[in-house]
Amino acid sequence: MDAKNHHRPPGSLERAEDAAGIDIVGLSKRYLTPKGETFTAIRDVTLKVEPGQFCSIVGPTGCGKSTTLAQVSGLEKPSVGSVKVGGQTVEGITNGVSYMFQADALFPWKSVLGNVMMGPTLLGTPKREATALAMDWLRRVGLAGFEDRYPHQLSGGMRKRVAMAAALINNPRILLMDEPFGALDVQTKAIMQNELLKLWEELRPSVLFITHDLDEAVALSDRVVIMTSSPGSVKDVFDIDLPRPRGNVQEIRHEERFLELQGHIWESLKDEVTRAYARTSGAAA
Amino acid sequence: MTTLTHSETRKSEKPMETDTAAKNAGRSKARRRTASIWIGRVVLAVMVVGGWQWFTEEGWVDKFFFGQPSEIWNSLIKLFTVGTAFGTIWENLWVTAQEAFLGFLLGTLVGVVLGILLGSNKYLSAVVGPYIRIVNSIPRIVLGSIFIVAFGLGVFPKILLAAVLVFFVVFFNAFQGVREVDQNLVANVRVLGASPFQVAMHVTIPSAMTWIIASLHTAFGFAIIGALVAEVLGAQQGIGLIISQAQGTFDPNTVFACMVIIAIVTLLAESLISLLEHKLLKWRPPNRSEAQSI
Repeated sequence: MDAKNHHRPPGSLERAEDAAGIDIVGLSKRYLTPKGETFTAIRDVTLKVEPGQFCSIVGPTGCGKSTTLAQVSGLEKPSVGSVKVGGQTVEGITNGVSYMFQADALFPWKSVLGNVMMGPTLLGTPKREATALAMDWLRRVGLAGFEDRYPHQLSGGMRKRVAMAAALINNPRILLMDEPFGALDVQTKAIMQNELLKLWEELRPSVLFITHDLDEAVALSDRVVIMTSSPGSVKDVFDIDLPRPRGNVQEIRHEERFLELQGHIWESLKDEVTRAYARTSGAAA
Repeated sequence: MTTLTHSETRKSEKPMETDTAAKNAGRSKARRRTASIWIGRVVLAVMVVGGWQWFTEEGWVDKFFFGQPSEIWNSLIKLFTVGTAFGTIWENLWVTAQEAFLGFLLGTLVGVVLGILLGSNKYLSAVVGPYIRIVNSIPRIVLGSIFIVAFGLGVFPKILLAAVLVFFVVFFNAFQGVREVDQNLVANVRVLGASPFQVAMHVTIPSAMTWIIASLHTAFGFAIIGALVAEVLGAQQGIGLIISQAQGTFDPNTVFACMVIIAIVTLLAESLISLLEHKLLKWRPPNRSEAQSI
């Protein structure tokens, strides 16, 4: 399979109809511990993300949220079940996927520009085009003039912007985000959430967004999936019918419908969190 | 050092009129500190060298066995003006430096390649790992005797011994460096469609570079040791041969003089490596290199 076929032309701003849906059916993932025991991270996860949809996964610590993402990206192979992206079963690395981690996975030895250029460079884009594209993206995330800095010279929020530009520059069909804003302070987090929504509304990739923060999930998503604690499986799926564009995530938090949905979902999440906490604290004692 | 001065100049680029006085005070304080450090250094050197000279002069320490700074200086001058039994000092120094340098290159090259290879392949490292540890624990310097028996008194066995000593230092660092690569970074470029070769070029090697370069400082010292020891064991030319001959004629001053020469060569090489380090690792936060300069 040719990797380049499924990438949308980089930089094209069309509202892509080809944003791929994600279809996870009966997915289980078991790991072999070094001692030879098997450990089930997720069991029988079935989940659907419509093309161009923003879907959040919320669940207690260690419920296999990140494992689910790894299966979608093709970094790992499912033990049982299947993952389909855009109607095609995932085998090997899925095309047109970008990943964003909690720890900003930036190259400390590359400049800001070099970091953002990585995506197009790996696809074989000529250097000059890649540079122009990266400069454009840096402008879009508000980092024009910072091209030559190294990541350690930037603040946490700025590093997140670089990571965001690097993730979106290839115009991915699917954006996988693993607690991307988990380590940020509250104010920066709100700003980054707004930025993300703005960029997402321009490009409309399908998003799978992992978070611990229920408010964040409800404010950003079209769909919120609650997972049970380990082994992880889907407990509930909620559709969020707040109108788009959402506008400022800090203001939406005070709307009645938001509070209603949030309370509703929290009822479902609460049990899982309590159960997971009881287990970990019990194990620690 | 470069990074340090860099950030200083950047700060001074945006002056604030109100606190010029404070800045001047800070400057003179920094100047005073540097001056006192240098005074301390000179005093320490004078105390050690002067004390040595004094003790041997007074006869409290026997200068026949322990040499004397003034005599070492005379030996140095003699080495450079009269030369040695094996040609001028420059010829001998050139031989030793060549051996050390070639051994350093060979050991570094093999160490980096094998370190990265084993570091990125779990199966290989599990299989070969114990053997490497065993080989590492044998006294490798003794291999020098074997090399000289096998390859004669020429330059080659010296290069080999230097390379063996260098190899392990570099190898373990490269190996560890590859192991410490941020797996998020690897996952990130793999998702973006990088081939294994691209992962190595863009992530593994640059990331391991910090570790490899840190090992080069120690490694060059080992290269010199390897070359010298092999020369002492048997050679036709080289600083090690001069040392072993001076030992035979009960001449500690020439031994010390050779040590001084080698120390200068090693310091020069060190500074070259530091230069390379700053060039390759200029992306690192400055506080780390500051800690290193102490």
